[in-house]
Amino acid sequence: MFENLSDRLDHSFKLLKGQGRITEINIAETLKEVRRALLDADVNYKIAKSFTDKVKEIALGQDVISSVKPGQMMVKIVHDELAGLMGGEAVDIDIKANPAVLLIAGLQGSGKTTFAGKLAGLLKSKRSKNPLLVACDVYRPAAIEQLKVLGEQLSVSVYTEEDNKNPVKIAKSAVRHARREGFDAVIIDTAGRLAIDEEMMNEIALIKKEVNPQETLFVVDSMTGQDAVNTAKEFNDRLDFEGVVLTKLDGDTRGGAALSIRSVVDKPIKFMSAGEKMDALDVFYPNRMADRILGMGDVVSLVEKAQEHIDVEEARKLQKKIAKNQFNFDDFLAQIQQIKKMGNIKDLASMIPGMGKALRNMDMDDDAFKGIEAIIRSMTLEERTNPVIMNGSRKKRIATGSGTNVQEVNQLIKQFDETRKLMKMMSGKKGRNMARMMSGGGLPGMGR
Amino acid sequence: MGIFTREKKEKLNKGLEKTKESVFKKLSRAVVGKTRVDDTVLDELEEVLISSDVGVDTTIKIIQRIEERVSRDKYMGTSELNIILKEEISALLSENKADGDMDFSIPSGNKPYVIMVVGVNGVGKTTTIAKLAHQFKNKGLKVMLGAADTFRAAAVDQLQIWADRAGVDIVKQGMGSDPASVAFDALSSAKANDLDVVIVDTAGRLHNKINLMNELGKIRKVMDKVVDGAPHEVLLILDGSTGQNAFEQAKQFTKATEVNALAVTKLDGTAKGGVVIGISDQFSIPVKYIGVGEGIEDLQVFNREEFVDSLFS
Repeated sequence: MFENLSDRLDHSFKLLKGQGRITEINIAETLKEVRRALLDADVNYKIAKSFTDKVKEIALGQDVISSVKPGQMMVKIVHDELAGLMGGEAVDIDIKANPAVLLIAGLQGSGKTTFAGKLAGLLKSKRSKNPLLVACDVYRPAAIEQLKVLGEQLSVSVYTEEDNKNPVKIAKSAVRHARREGFDAVIIDTAGRLAIDEEMMNEIALIKKEVNPQETLFVVDSMTGQDAVNTAKEFNDRLDFEGVVLTKLDGDTRGGAALSIRSVVDKPIKFMSAGEKMDALDVFYPNRMADRILGMGDVVSLVEKAQEHIDVEEARKLQKKIAKNQFNFDDFLAQIQQIKKMGNIKDLASMIPGMGKALRNMDMDDDAFKGIEAIIRSMTLEERTNPVIMNGSRKKRIATGSGTNVQEVNQLIKQFDETRKLMKMMSGKKGRNMARMMSGGGLPGMGR
Repeated sequence: MGIFTREKKEKLNKGLEKTKESVFKKLSRAVVGKTRVDDTVLDELEEVLISSDVGVDTTIKIIQRIEERVSRDKYMGTSELNIILKEEISALLSENKADGDMDFSIPSGNKPYVIMVVGVNGVGKTTTIAKLAHQFKNKGLKVMLGAADTFRAAAVDQLQIWADRAGVDIVKQGMGSDPASVAFDALSSAKANDLDVVIVDTAGRLHNKINLMNELGKIRKVMDKVVDGAPHEVLLILDGSTGQNAFEQAKQFTKATEVNALAVTKLDGTAKGGVVIGISDQFSIPVKYIGVGEGIEDLQVFNREEFVDSLFS
């Protein structure tokens, strides 16, 4: 998602390559590039300036270590500063109260309703909560309907008062309703409003005062420009919110708003939302984000995603099969399904260090496996479990059945054989560790 | 020209007030105690422009032009800076060839005239369509809406409510149905009923999702089968508070759907509007409409002169 920023930084660091040490002169061009990159990414003008000043100060004060190139040193300095700017450690939401009340606020079109739905899904599936969604956007046509549809998709109750045009009263009675009916988390979706709209800002301040939420979350579109800091500041002045939610991070090249907001209002970014599927919501980790900005990949997130979606029992069975060299096309298909469950392939792959740039212009949506799946599904059960029987006429039939050609079938069989060999090899000592890691054993030394 | 009523202009001025204050105030503050344009003043100008989302490239362009003038004229007082800046910004906007339409009207010759509305999520597509429908209806045109955002929860209901309010017809199918099929139905029905304008809503999509962008191409193709040359207008909606990503949006949507008109929304309220300057500079697609408020009347036909005036008045 930040590919362009890391490209720019890459380029500016190249300018430093081959230089023995960091000096006022050879760092000037690099800093200019860094600043330009930050501005292009919508980092606030003033913050970009103070950021580069700080980087310069640190860089010039560094002892030159002979084993480290100045370029690498700059990467580290910029990375550490970026992470620092976004606020050190991840901060969780406070949902201990019963019911825990969460108030969602933000501009029009920032993604509040979608986020409210995702948050309800997250609280339900990962925090074993019984959430209640509350529709307080009485202004936008069909906003209430939208929340109701999302609630239905997630099997989460939605509290509405269709004829009531007073969001303060709706919010209050929703909390009462939650207490009475045993909901232990209340998520209040509100109408989008401009920070300069006095009446609307009074209204949300009043909602906050009346329902006294544990968490007021400010939702902001990650593509927002220079004005992000002003809007965030004005909302914070009125609401003193607990955290920020960044949305639409599955778009490209943005993230500057994240840097600016965090440093201007001094409130943590608690969630990042990337996608239209209801489970596309992640906790925000500043360190990982800095890694991502610099194109250093995000291995920790990748492993966690894998752990979340891979069935431990299945993985164990598979491990046995691999050890006995019984891995077959059915297992191959099952693996593909597992991977697909983890989400968009491109998002996953971009978490692998160094992959971001390579993937930019590739379309790797869920269709990536379609051809492979078609070929496997065109095989008979016997062919799938015992691939050695494959011959020319079988291949021809499979090709016709899957709408591919024999060449593609051959290619898949070759790939499969190689995978099998690789798996056999990995089921040695080292491989077992890796399989254990993937099946939920945790990663040593990779704690948060 | 002259179509802007006094009331309309007041609305524009008011909507852009924050932008205006920013450019004007910041610049005035920057030049206090200065009598001539020097590097410090230019640095301040750079900050003012970038902070208004004009964008780095266009900012550099504007500053270079002013630098050139300073070196040519040897001397430029700070009092002249505002005038010159206004000239330069007008020039950037003028270089962008916009057609002369200053009113909500449709070119003759196509019946129905088909407008396809595209953009990323949350920019205000549906609301803009409602405002457009209202304006066209007021001009006595017969309008049909096509609810081809079949993806987002309750998007169809939202458009239906607007259609009822504006008193125009709407063609819709259920949620999750094929958007191209909705477009087909809308155009067929408009053709059969001899209507003037069809506005087709589409689901918001991020411009880096290639499959979703391809879907737009498909919707386009289907439209052309019903009405010759449709869609006649592909209107890309950009959120005025979006930063530099707006450029990428314009680029990718143009690539996928041959965008030929822009609407910039949410220009009321905050220190933005600079994005209009940047986009006009970088793209040859005219900004046709701007949204300056939430009311159904708050959509205006974009007028360069009025816009620049409102920045500097």
